Amino acid sequence: MLHRLSLFLCCVLFASQIHAAELENALTTLAQASSRSELIAAIEQIGATGDAKAIPILEALENNDLKASETGQLWIVQGEKAHAALDDTTAEAASLTLNDLPKVNNTVRRALRPAIAQLQLGAPDVKTRLAAAEELKKRPPDNAADMLTQAIERETDAQVKTLLETTLAQIQLESPDPAQRLEAINLLGQRGNPDFIPPLTDLLQQNTDGSYKEPPEVRTAASKAIAAIEASQARIATLRNLFYGISLGSILLLAALGLAITFGLMGVINMAHGEMLMLGAYSTYVVQNLFKDYLPAAAFDAYLLVALPVAFMVSAAVGILLERTVIRHLYGRPLETLLATWGISLLLIQTVRVLFGAQNVQVANPSWLSGGWEVAANFVLPYNRLAIIFFVILVVVMVWLILQRTALGLQVRAVTQNRNMAACMGIATRRVDMWTFGLGSGVAGLGGVALSQIGNVGPELGQGYIVDSFMVVVLGGVGKIAGTVTGALGLGVITKYLEPEVGAVLAKIMVLVFIILFIQKRPQGIFALKGRFVEN
Amino acid sequence: MTRLRQMHSPLAWGMVFLVAALGIVGVPLLNTMTEAGSTWHVPDYMVPLLGKFLCYALVALAMDLIWGYAGILSLGHGVFFALGGYAMGMYLMRSMAGLGVYRSELPDFMVFLDWKELPWFWYGFDNFGFAMFMALAVPAVLAYIFGFLAFRSRIKGVYFSIITQAMTFALMLLFFRNETGFGGNNGLTDFKFLLGYNLQEHDTRLALYVITASVLFISYLVCRWLVTSKFGRVLMAIRDAESRVMFCGYNPLQYKLFAWTFSAILCGLAGALYVPQVGIINPSEMMPANSIEMAIWVAVGGRGTLIGGLVGSGVVNGMKSWFTVSYPDLWLYFLGGLFIFVTLFLPRGLVGLFKRKDSA
Repeated sequence: MLHRLSLFLCCVLFASQIHAAELENALTTLAQASSRSELIAAIEQIGATGDAKAIPILEALENNDLKASETGQLWIVQGEKAHAALDDTTAEAASLTLNDLPKVNNTVRRALRPAIAQLQLGAPDVKTRLAAAEELKKRPPDNAADMLTQAIERETDAQVKTLLETTLAQIQLESPDPAQRLEAINLLGQRGNPDFIPPLTDLLQQNTDGSYKEPPEVRTAASKAIAAIEASQARIATLRNLFYGISLGSILLLAALGLAITFGLMGVINMAHGEMLMLGAYSTYVVQNLFKDYLPAAAFDAYLLVALPVAFMVSAAVGILLERTVIRHLYGRPLETLLATWGISLLLIQTVRVLFGAQNVQVANPSWLSGGWEVAANFVLPYNRLAIIFFVILVVVMVWLILQRTALGLQVRAVTQNRNMAACMGIATRRVDMWTFGLGSGVAGLGGVALSQIGNVGPELGQGYIVDSFMVVVLGGVGKIAGTVTGALGLGVITKYLEPEVGAVLAKIMVLVFIILFIQKRPQGIFALKGRFVEN
Repeated sequence: MTRLRQMHSPLAWGMVFLVAALGIVGVPLLNTMTEAGSTWHVPDYMVPLLGKFLCYALVALAMDLIWGYAGILSLGHGVFFALGGYAMGMYLMRSMAGLGVYRSELPDFMVFLDWKELPWFWYGFDNFGFAMFMALAVPAVLAYIFGFLAFRSRIKGVYFSIITQAMTFALMLLFFRNETGFGGNNGLTDFKFLLGYNLQEHDTRLALYVITASVLFISYLVCRWLVTSKFGRVLMAIRDAESRVMFCGYNPLQYKLFAWTFSAILCGLAGALYVPQVGIINPSEMMPANSIEMAIWVAVGGRGTLIGGLVGSGVVNGMKSWFTVSYPDLWLYFLGGLFIFVTLFLPRGLVGLFKRKDSA
């Protein structure tokens, strides 16, 4: 055991010594570079050593901070101080006579980035390695095949490994060995990334004299790989439409859920419902600013969790206020209620405009909602949309529990089904109205928090959602949560599948026509309350 | 003679003719015959403004017919209005072919979009008669199809209102697109001639005003005749108890459909008169908010009176002109407050204040 370990240590030391020698040679070349092409050659040489010690040197070069002394020693200049490369010596920059290296331009930078990335592949931090692998995949350096093969063997992280393998395959497409080319083609075909289609198509090209560049087996493999990539792209497009459809559906659901509750209960179309969303979004904005101003930066990410109850309370309070002051006096006159609530929405919009300005305000995503989960190449599920989908599920379950498992819920259902009968049984229908309106508005406020994470927050936020949420309610049927859920998801998915075919506007119009035709068949929506009612 | 008695009492007939004479003859006379400094003088800039208000009044009349008498609250009348306006706008664009900025036979926006020939749906609009026909027919056909589908499945109340609003929203989006072929969000503008008369000249504007006032007067009489006829009685019965009307053997579908389509035609007419006086038509006329504002004109004036719509549109639009000049920030507060105040405290509108309780 000990023996082996010492052998291993010997190997490492020996190897590192070789590296050190290579690196020093390369650095000398760099220091003596008098033109950009010489600079690039030196950079590539440094990259090939794979020695992590060269990273700060190359980074300094990129920032034009690297200077050479007359003896060929490299110095990294930082303000007034200068550090010697590969050395701990520090000196006053003014005391040295330093020559500038050729200025770094974009051509040099294109060589620098992969070289730095190559060196970073040995870094202990997974994130650094991942970034390096991505950089390499974008611009695979020539002659990096051996280095990549070694890096792949060393690599422990699956994601980095996959990226490196892809890069290697891209390089090996040009390998002189047909077997290696075949292997590379097959690998690229499996990866399903459309970026590989052009290099693969190149393999199918004919030379000017009509002969093919590649032997037939390579060509067959290449066309197979292209077909595989295209097929997987089609699959991804379908999945992406489905995901964005569900995402749109979940947003519509958040917007429409509260509306379905109040409409189902009171038969009242609350035109100010969109403004409840808007109030929720602005509550988020205010909470965010309070966190920014009064709490340490570390706590900022938690603002969203605080915003949820705040938005619920604000919207619910405004909703209850409206119900008590305006809507209850218009009971039994739904059309007038529609107009009055429209007036309320105008007042709310104008008030927000006066308080916060007519421009959109900035609501930042907390860090745990930025970024996304890359399922496949070209298919990223943004975390904020994923979070909204889960959030919607949570809200729906909560509302369902309130309606099905609480005393208030029982009363709400009773009043929805038959107001007079419920009143006769001793239910205080007016009080139920008030609390239900509060609940519906509060749910809209929660929706506003979610909307603030994916779109602009401005005074007209609610106006954009009001027509859509009504369509959801009309389609889904009144008084059934299942109907609202189906309606919202259905509309979302249909819209997103139509959009790539006919464009956003026509998709919207087609969906509308579909709804009008649908309620020909089922005027009560998808899920109607069962029962025998007298109309009027 | 008895039919005239049914429409109005003799006193009311007198009032109607007095107001009509004042509007149709009085305003032009006051504009042309009086000195500029006189108290009675109607300044030149007032004429197209009044003409615009009269177009709104015609819309309010159409709105009152359908909402006040059939109980159908439409949030889509802005669309019918705009469609009529677009038909007129298309004629005006075609009538100035070759006189635009680009000196092209095509309307300017088509040159701008690099279109080579006229889309098929622009054919015929160089003919004034055809354009006028389309200004009425397009809203009528749209209303008929939409109404047929909606009324047949007995969609009513807020459901119907919401669907009309969705229709408005969808058509607005459609007209905002450049590819639709009606000038995108700039709409149609820079008009020059109507039947050879220069639109910039005061005499043309005065003539347009007189025509608008006369059309409004005639439309009012037709509507009054309609609502006092047997048709009007059935319509009101449907408003109050649709099921009972059905059990009495009437089919509400035809009554509602006729009133609805006729109302849309009036709106198209109003739009066609509006565009040459205002000089522009663009998709913002179709914004859902505009259609809802039309409802508040009627609500302010008083539903189910016809006069109420005319009064309400005059009051609200007059206030709007004043507010947006003097206190632009307060206008939305006022409008919002008006919606709430009228529905809560003035269910019968301004006209209701002057009527005895029992005569509604």
